[in-house]
Amino acid sequence: MTQLILEQALNGLQFGLMLFLLAAGLTLVFGIMDMINLAHGSLYMVGAYLAAAVAAASGSFVIGVLAAVAGTMAVGALLELAVLRRLYTRDHLSQVLATFALILIANEAVRAIWGDQPVMLNAPEALSGPVEIAGFSYPAFRLLIIAVGVLVALALYIAVAKTRVGMWVRAGASNREMTEALGINVKRLFTLVFAVGAGLCALAGAMLGPLLAVQVGMGESILILAFVVIVIGGIGSIRGALVGSLLVGVVDTLGRALLPWLLRSFLPGEVAAHLGPALAAILIYVLMAAILFWKPAGLFPARG
Amino acid sequence: MSGAIYRQSTRRRLLAAGVFALLALLPPVLQAFGQEFYISFAARVLIFALAATSLNFIVGFGGMVAFGHAAFFGAGAYTVAVLMESGVASAAIAWPAAIVVAAVLALGIGFVSLRTRGVYFIMITLAFAQMIYYLAISMKTWGGDDGLSLAVRSTFGPLDLKNDATFYWVTLACLGLCLCLLDRITHARFGRVLQAIRENESRMEGLGYPVLGYKLLCFVIGAAMAGLAGALIANHGQLASPNLLQWTQSGTLLVMVIVGGVGALYGGAVGAVVLLLVEEVLAHYTTHWHAALGLILLLVVFRAPKGIAAWVHGLFARAEKHE
Repeated sequence: MTQLILEQALNGLQFGLMLFLLAAGLTLVFGIMDMINLAHGSLYMVGAYLAAAVAAASGSFVIGVLAAVAGTMAVGALLELAVLRRLYTRDHLSQVLATFALILIANEAVRAIWGDQPVMLNAPEALSGPVEIAGFSYPAFRLLIIAVGVLVALALYIAVAKTRVGMWVRAGASNREMTEALGINVKRLFTLVFAVGAGLCALAGAMLGPLLAVQVGMGESILILAFVVIVIGGIGSIRGALVGSLLVGVVDTLGRALLPWLLRSFLPGEVAAHLGPALAAILIYVLMAAILFWKPAGLFPARG
Repeated sequence: MSGAIYRQSTRRRLLAAGVFALLALLPPVLQAFGQEFYISFAARVLIFALAATSLNFIVGFGGMVAFGHAAFFGAGAYTVAVLMESGVASAAIAWPAAIVVAAVLALGIGFVSLRTRGVYFIMITLAFAQMIYYLAISMKTWGGDDGLSLAVRSTFGPLDLKNDATFYWVTLACLGLCLCLLDRITHARFGRVLQAIRENESRMEGLGYPVLGYKLLCFVIGAAMAGLAGALIANHGQLASPNLLQWTQSGTLLVMVIVGGVGALYGGAVGAVVLLLVEEVLAHYTTHWHAALGLILLLVVFRAPKGIAAWVHGLFARAEKHE
């Protein structure tokens, strides 16, 4: 039992960290520019596909990941300059419509290039087996994901909390007009933030690629989770995004593993078998609704 | 001045009546050209027009950007399917039941969600819709991922809904009734207060209006109409599919509203008709029609920012100024 709980907790941590990579970019875009970007999930998809294509061509997973991050950053910057920049002054509904249109275009473009079938992206050979830690085994590749996630989260924390550019970003998130008045070029800063956000998306897509399927539509399902994360954390707050991601990752993973088993202990088997998966699936939404009920602006509101 | 306004709205109502008369003639015309297949398609368009209209009431008049309308649409569909499963086939019972279920659901969801504002409201309505989606696909008795199919269409007094033309007319009547009702509501005191709340909530609060109650009632009315649309769509495809509950469905309905025109009475209907027709036509010409649709939507955002209805409205206003 402890083995199971520990393993699922690690899985939750790993999933949460990857969610954080997506949510970090999303929450900054949202916080600084007050812009709803539904197409954020598409960047994640593009990253995963690029990683798969380059990894297959070069035979190296690492080169695939690096190429995916660089390529998706370029796509993101281009997207920002060509389309999204015109949307900042528009209302949320126009942003929803325009980025919904971008999802349609991105999905179709990917389908036209790579076809309808899921694409294979294999974890590096050396990491395909399990490793032993303190008497129990855990897949090495998942451990790598955790390590990458922790490193990136740390780097992002230092970049946002300790550097001058990070200070501008935080200032932009809490009050854009004031930051502009102080002479910061928020527009250019934002293109940079958007490109970095796209790169983080690609990293998440490439790392999760070997675990989940690389296919058209993969962006939409994770996009919703990323939105849940940033709403729980408070829009515009990196710290909130981290806490929200870990919370969602762990609650979702542990809920799926433990709830059916918990229910079985005090409900008849038939009912528990039906109810367990249902409750587990809605657990994070219940969590989000509850948090918004008591804290309508999320756990760490960026705007005070 | 008031006379001019009166004349204007009378003229618009006459125009609307004319459009409905033309729409009612559609089945015999299609039959004459041997295109019966399109009667069923037209009915589907009308059902989505109703669903989008109901969402537009919430978004455009109530000023609440709800991203979980699929919950009510799907709830209506599942209510009819579940009742059918337990032997209740009569539309006289099942359809009002669908409306009531959607309304009660909206009462609960709205009560909690309306505590939040703006983006948080968008997300919390989405969260509730997702809960209902996952609940539906995990219910084995409701068919899980496959949905719940209806053995037959609902029985509707002496009318035979199995006939596509009859079904089309019933759908058209439902849409017409709902639009009339919304027309009355938006011109009545309740609708005026609602639109004032949309424009300046704190001011209306300060004037002593129970703002939350008004918004909640608006939310419930919109959801109830979506429930009716759900009952119709379940009958149309003889299936209550979990796809109806998915968040992409909420997104599609919202897109219809924005394309048609937020806050215009016919905005939702116009958007649904345009979007589904464009889809149908594009799908004829290219397998990559999603991309083409995306480009068209981008064009709407940048060229007709207030939607098609507002654009047509502008044409009308100009024509009337010339008189």
